[in-house]
Amino acid sequence: MTKIQNAVIGSVRTVIGWVPAGWLPGGSPDPLIERRAAIGRQASRLDGPLKVTGEARFAAEVAVDNLSYAALVHSPITRGRIMRLDTDAADAAPGVILVVTHRNMPRLGTLALIGMSDMSAIGNSDLPILQDAQVHYNGQVVAAVIAETQEQADHAVSLIMIDYTAEPAKTLFEEAKATARTPASVLIEKNHVTVGNAERELSRSAHIVDNVYRTPPHNHNAIELHTVTAMWEGDGLLVHDTTQMVAPSATALAKLFGLKREQVRVLSPFVGGGFGGKGMWDHQIVAVAVARMVGRPVRLTLSREGVYRIIGGRTPSEQRVAIGADAAGRFTALIHSGYSVMPPYGACPEQYTLGSRAIYDAKSFEFLQRHVDLDIVPNTFMRAPGEAIGTFAVESAVDEMAHAMGVDPIDMRMANIAERHPVSGAPFSQHALKQAFTDGAERFGWNRRVAEPGSRREGEWRIGIGCAAGSFPYARMPGANVRITLHGDGSATIACSAQEMGMGTATVQVQHAADRLGLPLEAIRFELGDSDLPASPMAGGSSQTASVAGAIIAAAEKLTGEMLRLAGNASPVAGLRAGEVRLTDGGIASIADPSRHDSFESILARAARDDMTVTAAGSMPLEMFKFAMHSTSAVFCELRVSDVTGEVRVDRLLGSFDCGTILNPKTAASQFRGGMIMGLGLALTEETLFDGRSGRIMNASLADYHIPTHLDVPQIDVMWTDIPDPRSPLGARGIGEIGITGVGAAVANAVFNATGKRVRDLPITLDKLLPD
Amino acid sequence: MNPISYSRAASVADALHMAGGQGARLLGGGTNLVDLMRKGVDTPSQLVDVTALPDGIDRAEDGGLIIGAAARNSAVAAHPLVRSGYPMLARAILAAASAQVRNMATVGGNVMQRTRCLYFNDVAGARCNKRVPGSGCDAIGGFNRYHAILGGSDACIATHPSDMCVALAALDGQVHIAGPAGERTVPLVAFHRLPGERPDIETVLDPTEIVVAITLPPSPFAARSAYRKVRDRASYAFALVSVAVGLTMREDRVDAISVAFGGIAPKPWRAARIEDALRGASLSPSAIEKAFEAEFADATLLPGNGFKRGLAKRTLSAMLTELGGPAQ
Amino acid sequence: MTIKVNGQDFPPPDDARVSLLDLLREQLHLTGTKVGCNQGACGACTVLLDSRRVLSCLTLAVQADGRSVTTIEGLGTAEALHPLQAAFIEHDGFQCGYCTPGQICAATAMLEEVAAGMPSYLTVDLAADRITLSREEVQERMSGNLCRCGAHNGIIDAILDVAGEHRP
Ligand SMILES: Cc1cc2nc3c(=O)[nH]c(=O)nc-3n(C[C@H](O)[C@H](O)[C@H](O)COP(=O)(O)OP(=O)(O)OC[C@H]3O[C@@H](n4cnc5c(N)ncnc54)[C@H](O)[C@@H]3O)c2cc1C
Ligand code: SF4
Ligand code: FES
Ligand code: FES
Repeated sequence: MTKIQNAVIGSVRTVIGWVPAGWLPGGSPDPLIERRAAIGRQASRLDGPLKVTGEARFAAEVAVDNLSYAALVHSPITRGRIMRLDTDAADAAPGVILVVTHRNMPRLGTLALIGMSDMSAIGNSDLPILQDAQVHYNGQVVAAVIAETQEQADHAVSLIMIDYTAEPAKTLFEEAKATARTPASVLIEKNHVTVGNAERELSRSAHIVDNVYRTPPHNHNAIELHTVTAMWEGDGLLVHDTTQMVAPSATALAKLFGLKREQVRVLSPFVGGGFGGKGMWDHQIVAVAVARMVGRPVRLTLSREGVYRIIGGRTPSEQRVAIGADAAGRFTALIHSGYSVMPPYGACPEQYTLGSRAIYDAKSFEFLQRHVDLDIVPNTFMRAPGEAIGTFAVESAVDEMAHAMGVDPIDMRMANIAERHPVSGAPFSQHALKQAFTDGAERFGWNRRVAEPGSRREGEWRIGIGCAAGSFPYARMPGANVRITLHGDGSATIACSAQEMGMGTATVQVQHAADRLGLPLEAIRFELGDSDLPASPMAGGSSQTASVAGAIIAAAEKLTGEMLRLAGNASPVAGLRAGEVRLTDGGIASIADPSRHDSFESILARAARDDMTVTAAGSMPLEMFKFAMHSTSAVFCELRVSDVTGEVRVDRLLGSFDCGTILNPKTAASQFRGGMIMGLGLALTEETLFDGRSGRIMNASLADYHIPTHLDVPQIDVMWTDIPDPRSPLGARGIGEIGITGVGAAVANAVFNATGKRVRDLPITLDKLLPD
Repeated sequence: MNPISYSRAASVADALHMAGGQGARLLGGGTNLVDLMRKGVDTPSQLVDVTALPDGIDRAEDGGLIIGAAARNSAVAAHPLVRSGYPMLARAILAAASAQVRNMATVGGNVMQRTRCLYFNDVAGARCNKRVPGSGCDAIGGFNRYHAILGGSDACIATHPSDMCVALAALDGQVHIAGPAGERTVPLVAFHRLPGERPDIETVLDPTEIVVAITLPPSPFAARSAYRKVRDRASYAFALVSVAVGLTMREDRVDAISVAFGGIAPKPWRAARIEDALRGASLSPSAIEKAFEAEFADATLLPGNGFKRGLAKRTLSAMLTELGGPAQ
Repeated sequence: MTIKVNGQDFPPPDDARVSLLDLLREQLHLTGTKVGCNQGACGACTVLLDSRRVLSCLTLAVQADGRSVTTIEGLGTAEALHPLQAAFIEHDGFQCGYCTPGQICAATAMLEEVAAGMPSYLTVDLAADRITLSREEVQERMSGNLCRCGAHNGIIDAILDVAGEHRP
């Protein structure tokens, strides 16, 4: 984002700051917060039976006639040019239909980079795809083969001969730091933020911790591989994809291939895990282009190695956190700055300082991120981008300060947790982080902690406990639309293009719609994952639930008006205005006199209508600009470290969350746990091995990139304050990403408590804990 | 993967007959070979399935054990004779891979499996002397966390990744080989070669030969033996260091001892110097330390794998101390 | 010879390179068996081969010739769920559901293995022929099935529930 956009966002905030809260969305709390029946219930997933029987059809599982299969060739060099290209053997190989290289690939423009203003700008990179002989990063797609079977395509790929001339490449983080860029903004926030003179305050502080923390690159590693099946039907394009951005993908593909939006349909009813990685990348574009060239449906499934090669993950970071505290333990200075990789052709800054701006008060602040430019597959958002690694640094530093001062780490936090947004001064919409700590500490048995590191032992194991805070901003995205159809039998269908990646979107929104429309759960169907349905924004930033809910609110209001009009003069609710009724018991009732009730069925029957359909968009999410809105958490960890081997075993993990209303305890608990487990991986085992000599990722496999196994995962306790947020639809804030935040630090702090060793570079592998 | 032909050998003779040609490979469970074929590391044109060859697990004439090369890893680990007489072997097998892989993997394939060196497995992007002799070794200046500190050479520092073989080495396993010229037997510890100048030649097995069985002599160690595997996650990961130890004690002194390491060398590493130093000794920390130093004196430590020396020492010491204590 | 899949006979593929996984998914359209890596590293492709759990991605279809394969489709249907399938729903043992068929197939075989007295790396007394199925034992035995959504707790709860040893 540019300086100008900075100024625009800044002035929107200022203006909204003057507007009375009552005028904004959520100005008066959502009435369903007080009046919920299905919401908050422990409901099993609606798609459960399909998923446990293998009947759910994921993207690569749609049977298609006359299907052909594609395989990709990835560049083994990092920067340079293709000098010689020999595809003869591949062309002649059995089953091969077409070999595509930059020579015969149709000319295409580039994707618009992900931006905060245009929701169909979804490019993770704006590099050309198979358009020229230039190689920009190791793993880049340089050719594709389409064949009758996958085996034939894979084999033909090995027959393509390419000679490259290598050019000097930037592959060393340490060296590239010297020329790092300082962007004006990070997402929609100003990058370099100062409050007071933090360096000066720091140097004058009674207590100082000032350290550098490092985090490695990570990959999402959704178990489902990226896969796309593209087919042209006349001028129309049908794409079966696994994507977190159904409608935006259709819009972006239409733009890129010069089609009208209506000519493109993207279907993605089930997504086998996303975590930020299932966006728009090169493979979809190649598949769509070659499907037109061969005049047949093409299925392109990336190999697991291919996923590592062309789907970027989380960038590595090097973060400095400096905290100054006065004698009473109040923070006088908080400095959080650092470096992360973002190539100029990429779009995703890793916003690791944004979370740090929202938790603690301090007399002075300084925040600054710099982007290191490497020749590398463009990084992208991965579960809690920024916060996941930012909290590792800051929450480790807070623990270091508590230890240095001999203060209990929770007391240290309690003394400094902010009551308003510490930097902007905006009021929190709702914020009970202190309660989350208190409740969590009690359930966890924090009082059993022995402050002196290395004090607890059982056999060869040293035992430690630690805690950390987590924070993730609330987001509701503009541009969420839904369609509600009330049927003559009194049932309803809710439809939008939203995506289901395991969050339980349909399950939770059916619960919501039941209460919103006054219908039983069984009477509601939810359709999603189809770009022909009213457009929803991408699933990202833990925003989907609030965004879709906001649209359902708007549609329900519209529906109320339409049904009142249709009810006519003979109705018990005749003469009432929309504000005077509510939807309940399968119909409309007067708020003042609930006995005045007319059922949807009879209204439709009297009007001789089969159904009533409304489509509406959610209101602009202005609440985000007026209030500081954050999901927060207190994470507690107990673990063992072997004195013999340095191995770490996590025995207990507890997350205490403050995320507004919990809409479905069962699916929410799973979301929290899922995030926390990814946090365990981040803390202990996960690292994408990027060989700085070659610029190549070396562990492009699930055998060599270690995500947690069952034996690595303890029983995880989760709890929540369940205090509704008066400013958000249903009182809910996001829950999908908060789980991972704070876990890295909670583990590192527990390791310190167990061993006295402070590990500041992730992952905390056993070699870092062996005695010297 | 290149086009391949497939046939199933019904007997050892059958297999020898089919497997002789260029481009032929024996196929056990396929857990290693199929993966390597998909990666392009190995490019056979003919597969000879040897899983129908003898897979029995039986008491041998000398009171030891004979295990057919086609026996599945899980069958070996589950066998009562193994669990009671050679628990270290059962434990080592159960430490490896996952239940699914162990159900597929054969004993012959396990012994013959290739290294997991990241550069060996990256045909397109890395130089590797083992894959392409003389091309160089990218692991030496690169990621070598899983690489050897003993027995490597300037040409190659890859480790043999098997857990099972570490226990077989400690248990004096013998590899029974059939070839066109007849049968021969090689001790497991002599079966795998050190890389020297030719890391591409990994075993003493000739391409025309096949492994038909493994035998184990009777073991005195059942009561005091252990296999401990140290790895980067709690399960389903290759060893950073693994240690197999078998002991018998006479009073407070070591009578018989067997020690082998995995994860630190190009082959299952039988630690004869440690055994020599400790035989007849009492298991004091200083005796263990001295014995360890004798074995690891010429370890070559790189930035990525230097920690393994200390790790191996600590793991061995803890195991010896525990096993040498009062009998359970 | 033929490959028996969920009780029905099919001819082995002509192309010997075709994995059992691809035979099931691409040729027989039994897409309940999933592909997560094709490297033997995730367990999503787990099926039962002659009642034992194996990875269909590293099994060539021709190797299954003359054998019988059971996939998730052969375990239960939405109308008649296998007890493990029902327990997975009850305990929310999945999110995206992609690793789920592999987890359930693996768990089915795992319970048989335990009943047959098969030890694990964590079994203290390897010579004992009865296994006490602790939570940790189940975790170790299921560690060949990765889940990235983090449904681990629900999966283990579901299995323990079916194993009849559920503890709170
Ligand atoms: C994800 C993953 C994790 C793993 N983790 C571990 C681990 O932690 N510890 C561990 O020890 N192992 C591990 N393994 C490796 C596994 O143990 C081996 O792949 C397996 O033992 C190989 O046996 P196989 O029968 O499948 O061999 P195949 O793949 O069939 O064959 C391997 C090689 O042996 C040759 N061969 C097969 N049979 C014979 C014979 N009778 N005579 C001569 N040559 C023969 C083949 O030609 C081939 O070259 C892992 C594997 C995977 C995929
Ligand atoms: S260590 Fe050996 S296997 Fe690995 S790259 Fe070097 S030569 Fe190849
Ligand atoms: S797909 Fe077979 S183990 Fe991952
Ligand atoms: S439920 Fe998504 S990978 Fe397990």
